[in-house]
Amino acid sequence: MQRSRFGHLVERLQSSWKFLVIFIPYAWLLIFFLAPFFMVLKISLAELRIASPPFTPMIATDPSGATVIRLIFDNFGYLLQDSLYLNTYLSSLKISIGSTLMCLLIGYPIAYAIVRSTPVVRNILLLMIILPFWTSFLLRVYAWMGLLADQGTINDMLIWLGLIDAPIRMLYTEFAVYVGIVYTYLPFMILPLYANMEKLDASLLEAASDLGAKPVTTFLTVVLPLTVPGIAAGSLLVFIPATGEYVIPDLLGGGNVLMIGRVLYNEFNANTDWPVASAVAIVLLLLLVLPMMLYQHIQSKEAK
Amino acid sequence: MSSDSDPILTDRPWLDPGQEPFIRIQAVSKQFGAFVAVDNVDLDIYKGELFALLGGSGCGKTTLLRMIAGFETPSSGRILIDGDDMQDVPPYERPVNMMFQSYALFPHMTVEQNVAYGLKRDGLDRGEIRDRVDAMLEMVELATFRKRKPHQLSGGQKQRVALARSLVKNPKVLLLDEPLGALDKRLREQTQYELMNIQDRLGITFIVVTHDQEEAMTLSTRIAVMDQGAFQQIGTPTEIYEYPESRFVADFIGSANMFEGRVTGHSGNIATIAVDSLPEPVRVEYSALLHDGMKAWIAVRPEKIRLSKTPFDDDSLNVVQGIVEEIGYYGESSTYRIRVNPGLRLEITHPNLRRPRDGRHVADWDETVYVGWEPEAGVVLTH
Repeated sequence: MQRSRFGHLVERLQSSWKFLVIFIPYAWLLIFFLAPFFMVLKISLAELRIASPPFTPMIATDPSGATVIRLIFDNFGYLLQDSLYLNTYLSSLKISIGSTLMCLLIGYPIAYAIVRSTPVVRNILLLMIILPFWTSFLLRVYAWMGLLADQGTINDMLIWLGLIDAPIRMLYTEFAVYVGIVYTYLPFMILPLYANMEKLDASLLEAASDLGAKPVTTFLTVVLPLTVPGIAAGSLLVFIPATGEYVIPDLLGGGNVLMIGRVLYNEFNANTDWPVASAVAIVLLLLLVLPMMLYQHIQSKEAK
Repeated sequence: MSSDSDPILTDRPWLDPGQEPFIRIQAVSKQFGAFVAVDNVDLDIYKGELFALLGGSGCGKTTLLRMIAGFETPSSGRILIDGDDMQDVPPYERPVNMMFQSYALFPHMTVEQNVAYGLKRDGLDRGEIRDRVDAMLEMVELATFRKRKPHQLSGGQKQRVALARSLVKNPKVLLLDEPLGALDKRLREQTQYELMNIQDRLGITFIVVTHDQEEAMTLSTRIAVMDQGAFQQIGTPTEIYEYPESRFVADFIGSANMFEGRVTGHSGNIATIAVDSLPEPVRVEYSALLHDGMKAWIAVRPEKIRLSKTPFDDDSLNVVQGIVEEIGYYGESSTYRIRVNPGLRLEITHPNLRRPRDGRHVADWDETVYVGWEPEAGVVLTH
């Protein structure tokens, strides 16, 4: 009798423990992700006013004394009217898609080479991929400014070698932004690809070769289809932060490169137009979430 | 030529000097760093053979198979298939196909697509690919599973898909790496006979790598027993079992009672050997080159030793007395472990010709019994 009571107690503790383990991360997401999201959504549906906070409340009392909920969609309409926003979104997408593709083209062969190397070499190579994270991100971007500037290391070197007479303009161009984003986010492409490729059974490649597939065919028919999950994961990890990137276009692109992160920053700080800034953020979120949901949908369909 | 009509030679092409070997392995070695995986081996395999490479793990059998497939390059020596040197031929151009131990089915393709993969690489037209895939799936009885993915199949079904995929290209040689290793016992036996059937029907040369001596014995025309990268013996299952050439082979294939001693005399085809652990010398038939005083071992298979509670009346037998220490009952036969003296125990397999009376076997625990074997039952080994 006593033992079964004790057993019950253990069981109850275990189930509450299980609940706790699941609850903590959800609570974290709820408090620090979902709540701020709804706050931003709320602000995006308000109107600008010169006060603190600089937007109208959602729930107010009208002169007759009744409580009204005011949802104003003007901010979203405004985003459509001014072509600056549309152009900035498109430019952001172009740069983030372009740099995602470049990361993929550079990262895929690197990940493949790491997987194929001997265990000792593999660990050294992986360490070298992770090593840049030990230096501050901002410091690394500043280093690129030093490299790409008109009087920077690269131009000086080329002039010293006699390959060019006048410096090539690289800093404050779209090129510099691409370099910065690809450089910064490359590890986020390589690591998921590596994790995916590591699981690829080497005997599958041998089987393909044995059945008459040349190396290129083996790659296209076996390796590539089986690494799609890695490609998707890596691409999302690069694409999503790259789209909203603020520091890199600001420091390396100057005023010449339009990216949504900069516009957001300006609306919040220079214009203190919180409602429009929030609307910009909400639209950005939709732009990023929709393709992800589509991908999830396709994947779950395929799994069936 | 006479071999065309001689049924003995068509079944045993290796005995026919007029036959050209189909696969020739000449002085092939393979080193991985300082480790010698395959050590200077020579081997001829003939068309239509079902040849087994048998050995423990790390003996070099898989490395040899992978060199034939082209996944490893020999460090020295050469491999010829149907007269062509395979030195610079990549795996995808060799006339061989392999069935992998892990089956290596493409997980993102259906059964049908897996089987069609090799044919597509040959650029055959759709109709022919479909016909050949259909025929192959029919043969391995998987026609109804054609749209399934590998993860939806059982182990035995995967094994058959792998077989179909490697056979559909009609290779000159099929390489099988532990083909039955992952199957349970019942399925193994069934698949064994299916493999033999298919091999017989298609006439493709099979080379099977296995660590399972029973599998090698039942499947193959000839067996090469491998150890430490070299062949210990090459022969038919009967030759390997009945006439092992070394202590390693006698011990590796089946079980054997081994007596160590010295040759004290030989006349005709019977040698007399003074066995260290027995008072009386043992007489045994021999074919190896012997001289008096040399060290030798006698190997006697457990089923070739007779067991009796009364003395034998045949005085040509080698007879010793012992006490029954253990009995293992297997149904069709029983294995008796007899202690002859503290340093010598013998294993004897006795068929259970009659039902045990009152639960009593031919001999019972702790009973003193006579144990005897003919001179022809043993084999003399010199190394």
